[in-house]
Amino acid sequence: MAKTIQEINEKIKKGKAVVVTAEEIIGIVEQKGAAQAAKEVDVVTTGTFGPMCSSGAYLNFGHTRPKLKAGGGTATLNNVPAYTGWAAVDLYLGATAMPDDDPRNKIHPGEFAYGGGHVINDLVAGKDVRLQVEAYGTDCYPRKHLDTWINIKDLNEAVLFNSRNAYQNYNVAVNLSDKTIYTYLGTLKPKLGNANYCSAGQLSPLLNDPYYKTLGIGTRIWLGGGIGYIVWQGTQHNPHAPRGKSGVPKRGAGTLALIGDLKQMGPDWLKGVSLIGYGPSMAVGIGIPIPILNEEIVKYTAVKDEDIVAAVVDYSDAYPNAKADVLAEVNYAQLKSGSIELKGKQVPTSGLSSYKKALQIAEDLKTQIKQGEFLLTEKVADLPAGESAPRFKPLKERPVKEGK
Amino acid sequence: MSAKKIVLTFPKDKIDKPIVYKLIKEFDLSFNILKASITPDQEGHMVLELDGDKAEIDKAIKHLKDEGVNVEFLSKEIKVNWDKCTQCGACVSICPTEALYIKDRQTMEVAFDPEKCIACELCIRPCPPRAIEVHF
Repeated sequence: MAKTIQEINEKIKKGKAVVVTAEEIIGIVEQKGAAQAAKEVDVVTTGTFGPMCSSGAYLNFGHTRPKLKAGGGTATLNNVPAYTGWAAVDLYLGATAMPDDDPRNKIHPGEFAYGGGHVINDLVAGKDVRLQVEAYGTDCYPRKHLDTWINIKDLNEAVLFNSRNAYQNYNVAVNLSDKTIYTYLGTLKPKLGNANYCSAGQLSPLLNDPYYKTLGIGTRIWLGGGIGYIVWQGTQHNPHAPRGKSGVPKRGAGTLALIGDLKQMGPDWLKGVSLIGYGPSMAVGIGIPIPILNEEIVKYTAVKDEDIVAAVVDYSDAYPNAKADVLAEVNYAQLKSGSIELKGKQVPTSGLSSYKKALQIAEDLKTQIKQGEFLLTEKVADLPAGESAPRFKPLKERPVKEGK
Repeated sequence: MSAKKIVLTFPKDKIDKPIVYKLIKEFDLSFNILKASITPDQEGHMVLELDGDKAEIDKAIKHLKDEGVNVEFLSKEIKVNWDKCTQCGACVSICPTEALYIKDRQTMEVAFDPEKCIACELCIRPCPPRAIEVHF
């Protein structure tokens, strides 16, 4: 007995929708079977919260008197450079941007105490942020310097726009070398000293809809504590990754490009993070509702940590040198147990993605839907899937010879 | 009875001398070695938690100093700023004493047990939101 999103929305409006989290649906399907669960449950909510480097925000800070054109000049927010190559007073600030005078890794491993993600967090927290612009001046935009405090409430627009978020599965990073390494998956101790993973597993949005059957372009989502939308597939979207049981990818696969009004979001859900030796980034909170349209969809959402397999990759050699070597495959139940066995050794595990926060997001979205505050949307176009989808490929380098 | 955490630094020429065993033999103390590292031809470091009679602890510390060992009390305190913590758990596999640990494997809640902390500070910089603080 299939349902439509329209029917589910009618139930939501009447406060009668049955909404459960992607964790709760596991037990329901186990106890009652998929057919009954599909009848009873209307929506399953997912969640994820972790560092997502391909995130950022664009801002329109309003015209000055006389007018100024930031494009072609430089702009910083709290000393962190923002991209100016747009019209006069639009800026884009990326999560991994950092001050020009940050020493980077000159003293390895670098601290990266403050970057784009931290600026976005300060903006969202309602703090004043210092904007400095150096422009070259034109007849229509004569002003050349600007040094002012700005506040998110005064901006014309502040929009979170992330080109790649919510990775459908991810590598588990280890270090086979004999010295500590510092990666975007955290500090990795030598000789398999630890193993770091970064996925909400059974709560993760794209792992609950592995073939993107319900979610797609136009889907309304929970983003950074406010409302957002899926605008496109994320960069590096790769539905061709090898898949296991129930079609769940065993490697990084699908990704999402997301957008939402930064002014509606909260500082607890867009957190600046400092990845030692790597750089600044931003932890982003995302929740996506999955409408339970039929038995097939409910089966996908019942995926559990034991069924989700990830690849263990050596970040001292295989990853930086782009070798395809996979040391082992482990599942998220093993990863979340605290240690995994690799090469006969018990290796302690750590998450970079917060399962606790992911759970809070899934619960919050559940509450909003139950209270009729959050309606589901039909997607307006599919995310690429199947054989015709583009493949994620490395750069075909064509070295430039001097003098040519 | 009293307990104290101390950091011992052994100069190069003392590394091969039996010193610490006397804490048990002569001062009737029990100790827990929280951390120890000795590199040949370099200094040795040891973090001990001493348990025993307070007067005996003081005598034992004097003995260590007389032997040329540098003694410092572990007065640093590590605190987690829970407002900043994002509950990711990156610290858990870094912490050598399991002072930072997962309290509940269902919710993956991160917790901190100050009793187990040896203030090694290994967790400070790997924490992505820099939520772990050193207090003096």
